[in-house]
Amino acid sequence: MDNASTGLDYHDRPERDVALAAAEQVGDAAQPLPLVARLANTMFLRRSAVLLLLAVLWEGYAEYADNELMFPSLVDTLRALWDVTVTGEILSRVWTSVRVLLIGYSVGLGVAALLTFMAVSTRFGADVLSTLTSMFNPLPALATLPLALLWFGLGLPSLVFVITQSVVWTISLNTLTGFQSVSETLRMAGQNFGLRGVGYVTRLLVPAAFPLILTGLKLGWAFAWRTLIGAELIFGVTSRSGGLGWFIFENRTQLETPRVFAGLLVVILIGLAVETLIFRTIENRTVRKWGMQR
Amino acid sequence: MKADAPILDAREVTLQYKTRDSLVTATHRVSFEVMPGERTILLGPSGCGKSTLLKAIAGFIRPAEGQILLHGKPVTRPGPDRMMVFQEFDQLLPWKTVRENISFPLLINGVGRREADDRALAYIEKVNLTKFRDAYTHTLSGGMKQRVAIARALAMEPGILLMDEPFAALDALTRQKMQAELLELWASIRCAMVFVTHSIDEAILIGSRIVVLSPHPGRVRAELNCGRFGFDNQGSAEFGALRRRIQTMLFGDAFVDAGEDHG
Repeated sequence: MDNASTGLDYHDRPERDVALAAAEQVGDAAQPLPLVARLANTMFLRRSAVLLLLAVLWEGYAEYADNELMFPSLVDTLRALWDVTVTGEILSRVWTSVRVLLIGYSVGLGVAALLTFMAVSTRFGADVLSTLTSMFNPLPALATLPLALLWFGLGLPSLVFVITQSVVWTISLNTLTGFQSVSETLRMAGQNFGLRGVGYVTRLLVPAAFPLILTGLKLGWAFAWRTLIGAELIFGVTSRSGGLGWFIFENRTQLETPRVFAGLLVVILIGLAVETLIFRTIENRTVRKWGMQR
Repeated sequence: MKADAPILDAREVTLQYKTRDSLVTATHRVSFEVMPGERTILLGPSGCGKSTLLKAIAGFIRPAEGQILLHGKPVTRPGPDRMMVFQEFDQLLPWKTVRENISFPLLINGVGRREADDRALAYIEKVNLTKFRDAYTHTLSGGMKQRVAIARALAMEPGILLMDEPFAALDALTRQKMQAELLELWASIRCAMVFVTHSIDEAILIGSRIVVLSPHPGRVRAELNCGRFGFDNQGSAEFGALRRRIQTMLFGDAFVDAGEDHG
């Protein structure tokens, strides 16, 4: 052994050169997980287990408290829910609320789209939007209800006004943040292709910022829903028929507590349905599929 | 246009950019020409303004002095006649599949849907990604992403291809493979190309002509021919001599003994 030439101590060990068999002969590189492990990975099952646990706790406490006026049991609540469902009362209440919500949400969405488009087109537009959002985002939309009532009176326009308030700033803020976080490389690539103006916004910025836009839409929806129920609790009836919030308030004054619980349950169910059926589906078909969000 | 007219002509180009509190000169009166079918390398250490220069050619930055002529006309804004391949993997559009990524620039520029799709498939085959043509980009490895970016640029059949250290973020083995593939691909297209790198070996292997830039601010130190070198004579004494010559230009004599550049 000659260590002198490099000045570093080394000691030659035998070398190895292995002729490998074809990879297929080694066996499956991927194997399916056992059934139990796969079931435990299903979010639906895990969530159902949590719901079941909550139902048991509810029923147990109601049994223990034994006071239908203050805390009706799950069974009583479901019975009340069944009653108002078969008479069709709850459905008309839900429709009243959802209709107002959809109008307010759409108006808010339109205004937000306009504001953010202005914000990406001109520097002045960006300054206007960021100033407005930082002013109005911390302001609970419900706080503007008294003013709305003064301007528009009791009725649909006031509700639409507060819902629009609750939606616009969240969606605009998220969309603008989304646009700003689009990487410089992606922007340059888009311009390199010859994208400009409206095409640059709709075909590059919007899809690239879609994870944050979707977050804005989701938050906006949650805010709108809360604001609406809150507004209905405060002043109730729009034109002839009241919505869900009014249903809850009305039944509380009549001490129909199981119906109050049933009303609350419906509020939750609708919220969940929109979240899981609509937004999750959109997520799965877009940002998750594109690997932009886990 | 005459046959020997340059495709790209940079004349006394000075580029400056603003930082928060100062005006930095990236390049000072840089001139060079790119002839048809030439693979021009902009080579230099960091701070020589090579990437800034490429961005100016792409039309993202306006020269403070001098001008950049493409086919004899000044470059004023970005455009698909100079398709660019970036170093970053996020240059691909994650909401599009490999195939859609490649046909997207074609569709924007008025190529019909049918033809755009055909061309996309043809170039996907050229970069050996046929198996992945309907995959979304987040499922691809770094090397595959760069292949998509190259295919996307070539599918536009641009007058000149701009590459900004396209292999710098790849591991050494993948990089070597990609360099060989790029040369093969180029042989079937023979478009003019400007390729930015800080690796001397990569410059000699990929290029047919090297523009050596010195840093702070970037100035042209030399223009060298290297079309005779490739993978088959990478180990030759002549290759080594050129490498040493460039190293001396960039770092002075002190650096020569430090040896290999792992391009």
